[in-house]
Amino acid sequence: MGYSLQGETGDWELVIGLEVHAQVTSKSKLFSGAATDFGAEANTQVALVDAAMPGMLPVINAFCVEQAIRTGLGLKARINKTSVFARKNYFYADLPQGYQISQFDQPIVGEGEVILDMADGSTRTIGIERLHLEQDAGKSLHDQHPSKSFIDLNRAGVALMEIVSKPDIRSPDEAAAYVTKLRSILRYLGSCDGNMAEGSMRCDVNVSVRKAGEPFRTRAEIKNVNSIRFIHQAIEYEARRQIDLYEEGGQVVQETRLFDAHKGETRSMRSKEMAHDYRYFPDPDLLPLILSDEEIAAIKSTLPELPDEKKERFIQDYHLSPYDAGVLVAEQSSAHFFETVAKGRDPKLASNWVTGEFFGALNRLGRTVEDPPVSAADLGALVDLIADNTLSGRLAKEVFELMVETGKTPAEIVEERGLRQVTDSGEIDGAIAQVLAANPDKVADYRAGKDKLFGFFVGQVMKATGGKANPAMVNDSLKKQLA
Amino acid sequence: MSALTDLTIADARAGLDKRDFTAMELTEAHLLAMDRARSLNAFITETPDLALERARDADAALAKGEGGTLAGIPLAIKDLFCTEGVRTTASSRILENFVPPYESTVTANLRRAGAVMLGKTSLDEFAMGSSNMTSAFGPVTSPWRRRSAPEIKLVPGGSSGGSAAAVAARISMGATGTDTGGSIRQPAAYCGIVGLKPTYGRCSRWGVVAFASSLDQAGPMTRSVKDAALMLGAMAGHDAKDSTSANLKVPDFAAALTGDIRGLKIGIPKEYRPAGLADEIARLWEDGIAMLKAAGALPVEISLPHTQYALAAYYIVAPAECSSNLARYDGVRFGKRVEGKTLDELYARSRAAGFGKEVRRRILIGSYVLSAGYYDAYYTKAQKVRSLIAEDFRLAFENVDVILTPTAPTPAFAMDEGDAADPVTMWLNDVFTVPASLAGLPGLSLPTGLSQDGLPLGLQLLGRPFDEETLLRVAGVMESAANFTALPPDREI
Repeated sequence: MGYSLQGETGDWELVIGLEVHAQVTSKSKLFSGAATDFGAEANTQVALVDAAMPGMLPVINAFCVEQAIRTGLGLKARINKTSVFARKNYFYADLPQGYQISQFDQPIVGEGEVILDMADGSTRTIGIERLHLEQDAGKSLHDQHPSKSFIDLNRAGVALMEIVSKPDIRSPDEAAAYVTKLRSILRYLGSCDGNMAEGSMRCDVNVSVRKAGEPFRTRAEIKNVNSIRFIHQAIEYEARRQIDLYEEGGQVVQETRLFDAHKGETRSMRSKEMAHDYRYFPDPDLLPLILSDEEIAAIKSTLPELPDEKKERFIQDYHLSPYDAGVLVAEQSSAHFFETVAKGRDPKLASNWVTGEFFGALNRLGRTVEDPPVSAADLGALVDLIADNTLSGRLAKEVFELMVETGKTPAEIVEERGLRQVTDSGEIDGAIAQVLAANPDKVADYRAGKDKLFGFFVGQVMKATGGKANPAMVNDSLKKQLA
Repeated sequence: MSALTDLTIADARAGLDKRDFTAMELTEAHLLAMDRARSLNAFITETPDLALERARDADAALAKGEGGTLAGIPLAIKDLFCTEGVRTTASSRILENFVPPYESTVTANLRRAGAVMLGKTSLDEFAMGSSNMTSAFGPVTSPWRRRSAPEIKLVPGGSSGGSAAAVAARISMGATGTDTGGSIRQPAAYCGIVGLKPTYGRCSRWGVVAFASSLDQAGPMTRSVKDAALMLGAMAGHDAKDSTSANLKVPDFAAALTGDIRGLKIGIPKEYRPAGLADEIARLWEDGIAMLKAAGALPVEISLPHTQYALAAYYIVAPAECSSNLARYDGVRFGKRVEGKTLDELYARSRAAGFGKEVRRRILIGSYVLSAGYYDAYYTKAQKVRSLIAEDFRLAFENVDVILTPTAPTPAFAMDEGDAADPVTMWLNDVFTVPASLAGLPGLSLPTGLSQDGLPLGLQLLGRPFDEETLLRVAGVMESAANFTALPPDREI
């Protein structure tokens, strides 16, 4: 049984499709040589063609085309050897040409797929309908002057890939997982940095609801939902709104809605009747984009190992659980970090330390894998000290915290603080004998069947050894002496 | 009047080399002619100071033996070519005060060849028209007059009307034009000069204010075929900044004028002889055929069966592209702005004040044919017709080397006749020129005779894609045979 929302008339299924606008990572714009750096002073990255000066003509940026092909291949999609740029005509102050150069009925990339890694370790395949290249618009600034709007054209003409999913998504969690996975793939490919906060990835969400087994009902499109959390909220709100509407006897109208992040609700932007007629037609300034099998093959040969393959390899070669493997491959840098730690060591132990203490420390400190508080080599050395029984798991955690604090190697810390694990059986047996001698009543209770007291004895022995006794040896020896 | 203004470009260039006169003298003579002929209203912006400066540079280059192919040659530039630091209006109020910070590739090429720009010539607003009556800066008067009624002002044709008038009136030795559906060839015919629309892609469109991008093509307007060859050689060439520009070497066009057309097959399309074609046009055409035959060429009747649909297809495709191309004139970044309370009001007011009637008409038609529900019936259908027309020509050129037709169905008409005409009647002027535009083929108009009323008439030669050389070769022979020496009476106003 999948995700559903309860209504008065029964359960409702959600049907969700996403359109993701991903900014192509490239030095210059889709049709001009202007730079694309984020955060530059307004209107300093504008070529004549970006400002739509009379007589200026677009020239396709071959690198952006390559990035789109790379992305298509990463999505296991069909690359269309002929694609056509079309003009999408509408007036807006930050759209200098009065049209956006996009692709309409002949996109560069056709059908593909994204495999979602769900939290329970299961996977779901979401179809990709298409990917096309298009120009971004500029930015209208309405807060600079009491009665005027200002325009910043730095972003105008920047290359975007619009990636359209099939309506295969059935829950807010799947939508979030889809965006997360897509972002991961794009980052692996280096075709988009996936930075939602800087607007390099923006989402439009199509939502409809239906009763199980029904055909699709009317959908609403929610524009510019720009974080994974908001995607969650917007879908939940919108689905509930539609269910309430149906159950009150109303009808959902096809329309474009806006997500208000402050209020957590969607609002109507324009109805179907008010929808723009974009008057698409092939851009006569640009020739059809023709690709050869050789060009496509050349790009394919440069693709990195992608998350799905990497995950499969981690499961096969390192015997990791699908969940752990999924977590590790989400970012190329994490996967690389893990592999450095795991090299020549117990992969399961390495995985536990990377996903556990190490990721925990990153979160706590707000650091990234690229800028880690503990290097992969040092973490590997720590794992070695666990493997050779120098450190117990507990001690290792202590050492790890000290590594984070001091930046020192685990060997240095172990040496300085004398944190070496006690594995001398004589020493351990001695400590056990003392503990048993000091607690004769508890020993008697234990022997009379109060098994729970075992933990008490372990704790006392560890206390007596300053936490350094090897826990497994303590366990074994205690059992013998209490028997 | 100085004989300097009567010279062809080829003769003037030879004279400059021989130091018979200087580039300064040549330019000054033309600036004087410009002054005297100001009543024609051929120029929107005159640039005498710039012209003298460039003439001085040309003289310096010539003295060092480094003069380019057009060193010191005074030319007029259609005001659709963006010229750095010189106002470029497209004959529209909306660009009334627009000064581009860049130079079009074609005018940059001409400048590199040493040409001297005299000024920017008038045109139909955004090149939309066949009369030069739609210019926001007033109509241009043709230097020609009817024998029977010399007091009536005639149009120079359009859209490159200012350029045609300037060349015919001996204000400039040559001029640039642009041709979307006949805008070089028709005014050349009306004004008794040579006009060459090259193959689409031969000249860069970069920096030329766009009307209909898939059709627009720059070309020379001159008083001789050889001059057209010389000018085209300087204008043409691959330009990486225009994705539709052809990556081909520029041939020596003038070298193509061998005078020998023996054995060439000349296609005579029967569809270009509609019922009601004026007798004098039909006779002119027959005379042209006879000239080529006498020179050893073989006239062959051909059929271009889809010709009758060309005009309708053109008046869908061109407005469709124009409606989109002109969206950038919105009052936001440059050009005319009329403030409004809302953005939409600003758009509406700026564009209403900035665009003339014909431009507005074409934007409306273009928006209509591209809109949802009509796109397939109009735009898609028109594109299909366009393919069929191109295919007609392709098949015809399997059997013939060039095609000969009249350039326009009538001689130049009077200004008030243009005013009175409904738009469709106006558009019929393009009936013979539009098919080759849709097919992207090169076309050349040259004057071969006068109407009964003393007005120049032109014949059109059409060629294979990128075979301007054969076109020029045949035109050269026809030019000698026709020996068109008539001069416009208004030449020395």
